[in-house]
Amino acid sequence: MAYRFDFSSLADYTPVLVQGVATTVGLTLIGGVLGVGIGIAGAAARSSGNAPLRFAVGSYVELIRNTPFLVQLFFIFFGLPSMGVRLPEWQAAVLAMVINLGAYATEIIRAGIDATPKGQIEAGASLGMTGPQIFRYIILGPAMGKIWPALTSQIIIVMLGSSVCSQIAVDELSFAANFIQSRNFRPFEVYFLATALYLALAVALRWVLARLGDRMFRGGARV
Amino acid sequence: MRFATILGAVGFATAVLVGGLTGAAQADALDRITKEKVLRVAVPQDFPPFGSVGPDLKPLGYDIDTANLIGKELGAKVELVPVSSSNRIPYLTTGKVDLVISSLGKNAEREKVIDFTAAYAPFFNGVFGPEASTVEKAEDLNGKTVGVTRGSVEDIELSKIVSDKVTVRRYEDNNGTISAFLSGQVELVATGNVVAAAIIERNPPRLPILKFLIKNSPCFIGLNKDEGLLLEKVNAILAKAKTDGSLSAISKKWLGTPLSKDL
Repeated sequence: MAYRFDFSSLADYTPVLVQGVATTVGLTLIGGVLGVGIGIAGAAARSSGNAPLRFAVGSYVELIRNTPFLVQLFFIFFGLPSMGVRLPEWQAAVLAMVINLGAYATEIIRAGIDATPKGQIEAGASLGMTGPQIFRYIILGPAMGKIWPALTSQIIIVMLGSSVCSQIAVDELSFAANFIQSRNFRPFEVYFLATALYLALAVALRWVLARLGDRMFRGGARV
Repeated sequence: MRFATILGAVGFATAVLVGGLTGAAQADALDRITKEKVLRVAVPQDFPPFGSVGPDLKPLGYDIDTANLIGKELGAKVELVPVSSSNRIPYLTTGKVDLVISSLGKNAEREKVIDFTAAYAPFFNGVFGPEASTVEKAEDLNGKTVGVTRGSVEDIELSKIVSDKVTVRRYEDNNGTISAFLSGQVELVATGNVVAAAIIERNPPRLPILKFLIKNSPCFIGLNKDEGLLLEKVNAILAKAKTDGSLSAISKKWLGTPLSKDL
């Protein structure tokens, strides 16, 4: 093969890569926490007795789950300024990720809630628990335990999906890789390293979330 | 005696050959054009607004209009030969065309092979911004945000001249850079005058006005070496077209701005 591999040419760009990894991790942390928060609220709303609220949340979920993330991101970043809402790239990226993960998390958590046996809720009520108490301890806890692996996968998908934020010049990991590639013209080395970093991040995130799930939802039914 | 005959024959043959060859190289293109009333011009077909193919499959653009202008002045019918950027000079040197009007930039390597007329079209990279912006030089960019297409010539050149007080936002392609400018996500963009022309054409609320040049490489018409008469004639036509405003009209039509005086 005529191509000479030269990974040392990446050394000059270490700060760019470090910045890229930091931004990707930051986006995922904020997006993940807020997105799951929206998911819990959305799932509670979709399981509530309030029909207009159920419809509103249902529409949000369908709108987001049936349109591409890239288009949502472009709409927020390039589209909203026409209506006077100008978000810098970082905020636009976080907002897009939160909205996106929120919709998927709503559906995943709702599935867990639906799987809670009716008798369990009635048992809670007969013990004199209030509505919020029942939701917190009887419905949500076990539900989260059941769907935690699915939610973990979705968070990882969102982390990997944050790579498209490079399109609006957010300096995350893919942006760093593209940037370096446009300067040193070493696509194999650059994308090999970026792939390895994404893999490492995903494996680490899965490990952290698994530990977190064990700690938070211990005793929840595991499927 | 025999030796002298051979010597004479060789001398005669050499004279004929050399004479013939130089004759061919000096075959006056201008003569042929005026005699046959046909001007063959290499034009681009994949580089709007300089040259592209219209809905009726006819070539159109800045270069085509310039070719027609020169053809008219020479009193010759213009025969357009579509070329790509890699084969436009071989088309000329092998005699398939008389002129290359194909957004050709001048550099030392090309000057070894062909001759150039005066410049006929502006081609440059610069920093563009809205009218209200007071930026005039690279130092004025400090504290500002500039959008640019990643890996482009202007990206590389801009990165060399700006300090780290400037936020450079790098977009995937020209469309991203244009959208970022139009939506106000970046105050200024570094791009080519052709891209700026494409924005102006859409008549947006934010018009990109040139603030300062990053790299200037105007387009020239290429022709074969030793075609002094044709070179003079084309230069005279260009000079006239620059004075009477007909070249400026072409620039206004395709690039959205009149020709600057220093071209």
